[in-house]
Amino acid sequence: MMLRLAMATLARRRARTALTTAGVAVAAAMLLDMVMLGSGMRESFRGFIEQQGFQIRLTPRGTMPFDSEATVGGGAALVRAVATDPDVVTVAPLLGAKLFSRTPGDSVVSAFVLGLDPAVQGDYVLVEGRDLAADDELVVNASYLAATGRAVGDTVQVAAGYDAQMRRVTGARTVRIVGRARFVMLGGSERAAAMRLAAVQAMGGRDRADRLSVVLVATRPGADIESVRRRLEASDARVSALSTAAALQLVDERLGYFRQLAFILASVSLAVGFLLVTTLVTVSVNERIGEIAVMRAIGVARWRIVAQVMAEGVALSLVGATIGMGLGLVTATWLNGILAAFPGLPAAFDFFFFEPAAAFRSLGLLVLCGIAAGIWPAWRAATLPIARTLREEAVA
Amino acid sequence: MREIVLAARDVRRDYPVAGEPVHAVRGISLDVAAGDWVAIVGPSGCGKSTLLNLLGAIDRPTTGSIAIRGKDVARMNDADATRFRLTGIGFVFQRFYLMPTLTAAENVELPMAEAKLPRAARVARARELLAYVGLGARADHRPYQLSGGEQQRVAIARALANRPALLLADEPTGELDARTGTEMITLFDRLNRDGTTIVTVTHDEELAQAARRVVHMRDGAIVDQVLRRPLADAVPAPPHAPGTAQA
Repeated sequence: MMLRLAMATLARRRARTALTTAGVAVAAAMLLDMVMLGSGMRESFRGFIEQQGFQIRLTPRGTMPFDSEATVGGGAALVRAVATDPDVVTVAPLLGAKLFSRTPGDSVVSAFVLGLDPAVQGDYVLVEGRDLAADDELVVNASYLAATGRAVGDTVQVAAGYDAQMRRVTGARTVRIVGRARFVMLGGSERAAAMRLAAVQAMGGRDRADRLSVVLVATRPGADIESVRRRLEASDARVSALSTAAALQLVDERLGYFRQLAFILASVSLAVGFLLVTTLVTVSVNERIGEIAVMRAIGVARWRIVAQVMAEGVALSLVGATIGMGLGLVTATWLNGILAAFPGLPAAFDFFFFEPAAAFRSLGLLVLCGIAAGIWPAWRAATLPIARTLREEAVA
Repeated sequence: MREIVLAARDVRRDYPVAGEPVHAVRGISLDVAAGDWVAIVGPSGCGKSTLLNLLGAIDRPTTGSIAIRGKDVARMNDADATRFRLTGIGFVFQRFYLMPTLTAAENVELPMAEAKLPRAARVARARELLAYVGLGARADHRPYQLSGGEQQRVAIARALANRPALLLADEPTGELDARTGTEMITLFDRLNRDGTTIVTVTHDEELAQAARRVVHMRDGAIVDQVLRRPLADAVPAPPHAPGTAQA
């Protein structure tokens, strides 16, 4: 009956309860969004890195993958040396470069081209056509097709360099577009293409001969990745070796501000939820002080008064948190759509990552705040001096 | 010889107001026998309500003892006093104080639910009590759908729910018009005749005249007692009467 009384008390002032619940829901939504934002970018990076299926990345010493245009020479020998490590099962060399393509209107469109071995690549997912089979073939993304006005099956003139004043290209060759793909590490609006490694190296002439931007390394299952990384880094002074864990650590360091911001805003959300519930329950107790005194007078135990008042706080938090969860997911999707449209971001990059356990933990925290919010008004209600309260109520 | 339900001995209640001690009740001794109906009267501020609160174990005397059915309620801790109020004392207040979100029947059930009476038993008892106070047809009405007199009847039914040894009423006709007040006095009279022991605090001369004994207070002390109807006249209560305290 006490629980019913608590719910009926909330229903007594419907508009006020609804407004408070809405306030708690907004706080819960913000809390959920901040929790999702705190881990979203990191988890997106993890997803991209793990999707590629490689555990170690070799880059020119002191650089991050594709952070600069730096390359390392003697690529073939480097790949052979890495492959001799007993814990290495796959080696995927990559060379990133610019690609200039002539459109049917005779203008030139630039794009990013990845030179790779299609048999061991993890950078794109084919969505139309077929994969690369020869040096004069090209797999491109939708933005490239849109910008060049080409379609899968078309031939296109491409080049490694372009002199705008002379309107002359270097390393030109005619290739055929054999497939359309989604490049996992590149933004949806970014024009991208992939060719066989040898073709990209050859198009660049002597400057690119046998040069590599990154070497991706897959280790055998159960291998101690950190040991392999150390061995590979020690074996060639020209390269740095970066494991997935280290890459994520770097991402963590770079996203530190985001997480701090998310933590502060999440804390503010919790505080707002706490204050809303405390305010409503305190006002509710103050309005019913006479009723509560009478309940105590007719023999209702203190703990039941405490339970009734706290049940109001819990109910408000629980309903608010449940609504807030849906609201948070909707706003996260909406905000994600806005933020993901930033130029240069991978198409599948998510700023908000929904992790059920973390979401329920944070909303559980909000409900705990609701319980805590009810403690003071509940204690006040339970310990009020009955006789004095009744006397004051009678006078009032 | 009737059982003494309430025995107050040299009860005093002092409390500070603006740093000055106020002697609200000064050494009152009072016995109330089973089946009696005592009306405490006196001018405002003479300590009537304070005395009633002390007798009902919702306040503690500064000194003295108050025994209800032999139990010293003045020495009980809060949990014991709360439990004792639940089953041993019924309260009726001037302003009714029904729970506005509950129906009349649910209001009557409230003390029984607190006493952990099975649902079926408390529903039946609530219906019986509401019928007794003349509100059988209004059981599912909420307080705002009832008149003042009807609300006070529900409050009386609630007070009788756990078959208390003693019914305490603080100005029960204070918020009612003259006609409804008279109806209430008739109900109290019926309750008393059916065996309920009653102590009322009142300014209502008509209510005081209906009681068996009238106790006059002034400045926190009893100055006079008038026996209006001897207790021997009281009709023994039938065992099933709704207001009858459990043996």
